[in-house]
Amino acid sequence: MNELAITVLGHDRPGIVADVAGTLAELGVNLTDSTMTRLRGHFAMTLICTGEVPAETVEAALLPMCADGTLLATVREVLPEAETPQPGTPYLVSLHGADRLGIVSSVTQALARAGGNITDLSTRLVGPLYVLVAEVDLPAAAVESVTDELSAIAAELGVEVTIRPGEMDIL
Amino acid sequence: MAGVSLAEQTRAATAGVIGALRPVVAAPDAVLSQPGKAVDPASTEIVQLVADLLVTMRSSPGCVGLAAPQVGLGLRVFVVDVTGHPKAANCQGPFALCNAEVAAASRWRPGREGCMSVPELTGDVKRATRVTVTGQLPGTGEQVSVVSDAFEARALQHEIDHCNGLLFLDRVAGAHAVHPRKVYL
Repeated sequence: MNELAITVLGHDRPGIVADVAGTLAELGVNLTDSTMTRLRGHFAMTLICTGEVPAETVEAALLPMCADGTLLATVREVLPEAETPQPGTPYLVSLHGADRLGIVSSVTQALARAGGNITDLSTRLVGPLYVLVAEVDLPAAAVESVTDELSAIAAELGVEVTIRPGEMDIL
Repeated sequence: MAGVSLAEQTRAATAGVIGALRPVVAAPDAVLSQPGKAVDPASTEIVQLVADLLVTMRSSPGCVGLAAPQVGLGLRVFVVDVTGHPKAANCQGPFALCNAEVAAASRWRPGREGCMSVPELTGDVKRATRVTVTGQLPGTGEQVSVVSDAFEARALQHEIDHCNGLLFLDRVAGAHAVHPRKVYL
């Protein structure tokens, strides 16, 4: 069984997901985890699939929907990820302010230096407003210093940043 | 029994009944997706079930509620106990309700929920932070109305959903509102 990483990017139109899913189903490729969204109007889809078909066959099957040049589909075989327990506790970092170069690099580098592992991140630029939301697993000992460092970065960049525990309740 | 707390009445109903630990079933077990049947709260079977649910809930650290479908029974019975939880405001202690319904709900707020029956995922769910719940007490069958808020209100809605064949997955806030569950000890 192959594990395949598939990306589809390009000009948005109705029916892309249906076309991709249909092609995969015809090949007997099982769509497992997926995420899709629109980024500045562009359609963006990332899929992890399993199947007996080689990556080249899947990519070739997706070629017709890319023929007009508005979509790009890539398929690569990947090794199954071993489930490793995540150390640390979950925190949510949210940032907003005027857009400027280097916001994402400054924030993510600070988190990386502290041993933080980003598990989810999205950014949006709307007019002059830049918004970043990141979920990060932080070593408990690093939380205080990261909070201080993010405050300093925010002051330097002229943006607002908050970090708070990513709470989850079991019911 | 005016003036007697729900927890005391639940304790009185199950006095002398030895609860047994029951295995918790996980999705996609069909029982979790079927509306539960109404029960006779005065029957000995339901009193025994309440005792079992209390024991099973207490056996799992951090668990604040358990409904009959979660132990494989499609019945409208659940127990709740948010004692000591940092988000709890109103707290009635450990109590059980049969055939419960949400009669009024207001002040909706999002929150991330996990469930013993969906061990691998969590989800962002909007719930009322003020609720009035009606239901029957085990043992006596007395009809009661419970007003609660904050975390207990969320727990009540989650458990009543179980009794109606709904999981938090049926109520998530959007396409990116389901997350892999991370376990931290």
